[in-house]
Amino acid sequence: MTHHVMPVRINNAVFVALLVLLLMTVGAAELPLGVWHVPIAMTIATIKAVLIVLFFMHLLHSHRLMMIVSVASFFWLAIMVLITMDDYLSRGMLEIPGK
Amino acid sequence: MNVATTHLSHAEGHAHPTDDEPILEMQFDDLEQQHNSSMIGMWLFLATEVLFFGGLITAYVIYRSTSPREFELASGHMAVWLGFWNTVILLSSSWTMAMAVRSAQLRQHRELVMYLALTMAFGAGFLGVKAVEYSTEFHEHLFPGPHFQVHEKDLPTIEDEHLSAGRYQMFFVLYFFMTGLHAIHLIIGIGLVGIMAYLSYYRWFSGGGATQIEVTGLYWHFIDIVWVFLYPMLYLINVHS
Repeated sequence: MTHHVMPVRINNAVFVALLVLLLMTVGAAELPLGVWHVPIAMTIATIKAVLIVLFFMHLLHSHRLMMIVSVASFFWLAIMVLITMDDYLSRGMLEIPGK
Repeated sequence: MNVATTHLSHAEGHAHPTDDEPILEMQFDDLEQQHNSSMIGMWLFLATEVLFFGGLITAYVIYRSTSPREFELASGHMAVWLGFWNTVILLSSSWTMAMAVRSAQLRQHRELVMYLALTMAFGAGFLGVKAVEYSTEFHEHLFPGPHFQVHEKDLPTIEDEHLSAGRYQMFFVLYFFMTGLHAIHLIIGIGLVGIMAYLSYYRWFSGGGATQIEVTGLYWHFIDIVWVFLYPMLYLINVHS
């Protein structure tokens, strides 16, 4: 059975990258970014999550099926959040007679 | 590896302690398929976990987008630096878990048990810091329910800007639900890693436990990912003002 063993050097590099990204997200919160706070914080969090998934969870060297399941889970989450918000944000946009 | 000999040596008790090849169970074609079956099982479970937390995340998005000012004020009472150090602790635990998986794959028995124990220690450290935070928030009457009080510092702003005290409290409802659900997962994770450490110490697994430790690792890293999102969502809303 062939397993990809993650080199220590890569584990360390990912760990350091995660700490740097954590400092970046705290730093970004201190800056006066206005409406860009949320997109920037979520982008940094997503990069951290992708690093963890690809290297710590070995998705990069796993069977393709694992990739499908993990991408699907975030796709389903996006469906839940986006379609719910589609309702909340569009309420009252149209004048509905008799409402 | 020949299937028949694996079963034979196992059945007759000839499996040598240093024979570290995994035992192939009869329902699988080969070891690769056996390993991938375990992995896909955990990945599918984690996909349902994403949606489990997803319900709370959706509620958070709805309330924050409709009551941004209330969430800003309420988030001002988060202990940003305790949260920061807790993130460092949890990221460290993910590193030790990744090293534990590596040790299991390389059959480095002592290192494996050590890294699993370190992972548990970091997890317990996280819960300790969280307990300190919770006790401060209880003390300040920020736990939702009959004893909840809008923080006196925020009362004038809420009156001046005609904000909703209910939505202000809703931030703390989501905070305690999300971090509480996360903490429950972490407690289960510490228990799981503890069982794995115990079984690894007594060399209970065939194949060095590589598959079992890797599957446990997937769960542990998932908990870390949840926190990576919770930290900016709950703690970093209102840092700069």
